[in-house]
Amino acid sequence: MTEISKIVEDTAVELLRIAVTELPTEYVKVLEEAMEETEGAVGKAQLTNILENVVIARENSKPMCQDTGIVAFMVKLGDGFPLRSEVREILIKATRRATEEVPLRPNAVDMFKGNTRDNVGLNGHVPIIYFDLVEGDDLELIALPKGGGSTNIAAHRMLKPGLGMKGVKQFVIEALSNAGSLGCPPYFVGVGIGGGEDLCMKLAKEALLKPFRVRSEYQKVAAIEAELLEKVNELGIGAMGLGEGPTALDLHVKMAARHPASLPVGVVISCWALRHARAVISSDGEVEIDKSV
Amino acid sequence: MDYHLKTPVPEDEIRKLKMGDLVYVTGTVITARDEAHLKALELHEKGEKLPVDFKDVGVFHCGPIMKKVDGEWTVIAAGPTTSARMEIFQDNFIETFRPALIIGKGGMGDRTSKACQEYGCAYGAFTGGAALLAARGIKKVREVHWLEELGMPECLWVYDVEDFGPMIITIDTHGNNMTQDVKEQVTARMEKIMAEMEG
Ligand code: SF4
Repeated sequence: MTEISKIVEDTAVELLRIAVTELPTEYVKVLEEAMEETEGAVGKAQLTNILENVVIARENSKPMCQDTGIVAFMVKLGDGFPLRSEVREILIKATRRATEEVPLRPNAVDMFKGNTRDNVGLNGHVPIIYFDLVEGDDLELIALPKGGGSTNIAAHRMLKPGLGMKGVKQFVIEALSNAGSLGCPPYFVGVGIGGGEDLCMKLAKEALLKPFRVRSEYQKVAAIEAELLEKVNELGIGAMGLGEGPTALDLHVKMAARHPASLPVGVVISCWALRHARAVISSDGEVEIDKSV
Repeated sequence: MDYHLKTPVPEDEIRKLKMGDLVYVTGTVITARDEAHLKALELHEKGEKLPVDFKDVGVFHCGPIMKKVDGEWTVIAAGPTTSARMEIFQDNFIETFRPALIIGKGGMGDRTSKACQEYGCAYGAFTGGAALLAARGIKKVREVHWLEELGMPECLWVYDVEDFGPMIITIDTHGNNMTQDVKEQVTARMEKIMAEMEG
């Protein structure tokens, strides 16, 4: 194994460890504020428990939630980075190692043979790896392990284009109302609009990781984000669905062009434990990890 | 009100609990998710004996992360899983095995609520994702069953717990169901928001 492969593998293991054990400090701050502001004892208790749990996780380097999810990586591979297709094998190996070392819960289930026990499985599809080819010499890696509870409340619909943006917004509200208590609110919400039946879901998932509480660079999209975030909170689902405290901490929208006859919309929701960690590895093996967001 | 319960919990103590109460449990809590519920009910139907007794103890909807350290199982993280998945057989389970408490997250529906009322069981909502808070209350892993067959998240883990909590009683024996109430309010608000939505 070359030295750079080893660096990528070690970094990927470390990113999974950070993702599941350290909630980004910006989220913690907002959860603390929410806890202060929540008046009802039931909601306050939920947020207090979450925060206390987050501290134990960080101090003991243990997974904050037992559902460490299906492992996903988002990879941006620079033209000048010394590795190419071997990155896939490296990330698979890192997933196996993290399962042992962190540890992660074995969550990859083969429908015929049962749990694969190492979070890897079936025809190279899990861990989920999104590759993007980019300019430059660096490799950017994001680890995004996502739990089952909040994954199950994702929503997808091919709307009639005539319903327009109003229809899109109504669908998002409906999706969150249906999500209710099931995915451990307060939520983070990603909305993908356009592109096709698959791309809208991918955009929605990527939208989760847009800079926290920074509105879209497109004014019209920014306005939709702000409106939807407010309305989602008006639903009053509250922390853990008990009707008190915030329903959603943030919401982002990503858009692509659509076919004239289609209006695909995807809604991807994360629980309060939006676990992710990002690193940039330079071509000579320097690693930079950002833990704030 | 705050309650510190000890298993086996007598039915009249469960009947004292009201929606919104905070509860801590000391004694026995057994994990069971979808497959463990199914298997337990199947075995019972066939007249076979279960390796555990759910009577008057806590049944925890949880698929923990466990690790063997020096040959002994230890809990790494053990938060609740979404209870709604168990709604399809929870009432049957409560009637058959008569547990004192169902512990999980996200609440449960009418069928469970009716069974709780009838057989003297309550539902305690543990904060979802708070897996280490839960693990802190688990003092010992007493037994494990069906591990080979069902795997780590789905099998039965029998825990000795101490002041395991806090849980919020969202379903009591008096027909109250907090999650159901919030759900109805949320649906009403959704309809209003949808109707007023502009393009
Ligand atoms: S929804 Fe999130 S916090 Fe809740 S149990 Fe699943 S992974 Fe954990």
